[in-house]
Amino acid sequence: MPDLTPLWLTLRVASCATLITFIFAVAFAWLTARFTFWGRDFLDAILTLPLVMPPTVLGYYLIVVWGRNGWLGAWLHAHLGISLMFTWQGAVLAATVVAFPLLFKSARAAFEGVSTEYEQAARILGDTELRVFCRITLPLAARGLLAGTMLAFARAMGDFGATLMVAGNIEGKTQTASMAVFDAVQAGNYTLANTLVIIMSVVCVTILVMTNKLASRGRAGR
Amino acid sequence: MRLEIDIRKTLQSGDRRFELEAAFSSQDDLTVVFGASGSGKSLTIQAIAGLVTPERGRIAVDGAALFDAGQRINLPARKRGVGYLFQDYALFPHLTVRENIGYPLKKYLYFNLLSDARQEVTEIMESFEITHLAASYPAELSGGQKQRVALARAMIKKPSILLLDEPFSALDSMLRHRMRMELLEIRQRFGVPLVVITHDPADVEVFGDTLVVFANGRVEEVSSRKKLTVPQDEDGWRTKVCWRAQWKKENLAAQRLVPASGI
Repeated sequence: MPDLTPLWLTLRVASCATLITFIFAVAFAWLTARFTFWGRDFLDAILTLPLVMPPTVLGYYLIVVWGRNGWLGAWLHAHLGISLMFTWQGAVLAATVVAFPLLFKSARAAFEGVSTEYEQAARILGDTELRVFCRITLPLAARGLLAGTMLAFARAMGDFGATLMVAGNIEGKTQTASMAVFDAVQAGNYTLANTLVIIMSVVCVTILVMTNKLASRGRAGR
Repeated sequence: MRLEIDIRKTLQSGDRRFELEAAFSSQDDLTVVFGASGSGKSLTIQAIAGLVTPERGRIAVDGAALFDAGQRINLPARKRGVGYLFQDYALFPHLTVRENIGYPLKKYLYFNLLSDARQEVTEIMESFEITHLAASYPAELSGGQKQRVALARAMIKKPSILLLDEPFSALDSMLRHRMRMELLEIRQRFGVPLVVITHDPADVEVFGDTLVVFANGRVEEVSSRKKLTVPQDEDGWRTKVCWRAQWKKENLAAQRLVPASGI
């Protein structure tokens, strides 16, 4: 039986990253979908940047910001004694950033697809803004949000470049599945490589099929 | 009912600029705001409902200010106590008819309605004859059914005034006549004043005790007709239709129906 530690680590990293990215992506998506403000298009572009930037460049930026001498990293280290570099939390950080645009884009489209008339009707019927969001906006955008979350999870699971820059490739500590595949192939361990590749492929295909199902049912739905 | 409006609002989108200067008042329980599309009538009732905020002016229902720029009063839509019927009804697509109607009564987000609220929903569904639709979703309803559900939802909190945005434009002409009569009945049953926005002269005949004509963002004319007895529930169809026909005759004679700009 090949060592599956990298797989469990990948699941943990991807789950945490998806959770964090969900909170931020939904907040920013709602903001950009519902309000017109100065610099909105610029903000959208910045938030989408991780989708098109080379992952190593992205990793480099993360080091600049979160590294021990980075803008935020130095503060974290000095005041809390924490460093994210070469830890699995660092891998979460990298995965969060690469997965963010996928969820942000889907969520923004989902929110823009909810007619503001429903929200206005809810306001007239006595709802506060928070209740309008919980009772109308969120349920009507739910399919799009779920589909985006699944895409983000798949992306977070597969990241290589940015994670390598930030968290390194330390066996048993920060070595995720995609890196384990790389190492296994380099070392000629094709049993391990095949096992990991098959598992990752099945998970990714499953996620994509489910996402498509959600999306098509959303179009045909009520 | 006394409705007083005197507001200014400027909309700008690119090079296009629209200025609304709406000032009128109505003492009648049936008010029609009439005008072509783009004349500012929708914007005006959206301002009454609190969906758009004017730059200046005052909006008052029965003397109580809903908006007063001078006194910095601007009640949020949820506190204005107005009912609003959207042009395409805005029934929440993810909720059943029963849930749509009970929507304003729900206190707690994730719990069921309290039992008096449930009773209220049941009663109002009976009075609108939509009990058999309780478990349907809006997408499964016909135009007339949607309108009844939307009216029931708007009326369940007993609003002080009911605003209707082109209420019959989505219906075919047969149904339009019927729903006009139903709306008059609802007005009587609930004793709620109506403000109807329309570009259909037929609505003016039926609902225009006070007629406000809009053109190019301004009020062009306000006129009221002398009261006739409104038909009662037991009068039946013939009386109602005759009543309508009588208005038509009178109004045509007076040449007051069709505004000078033409339709």
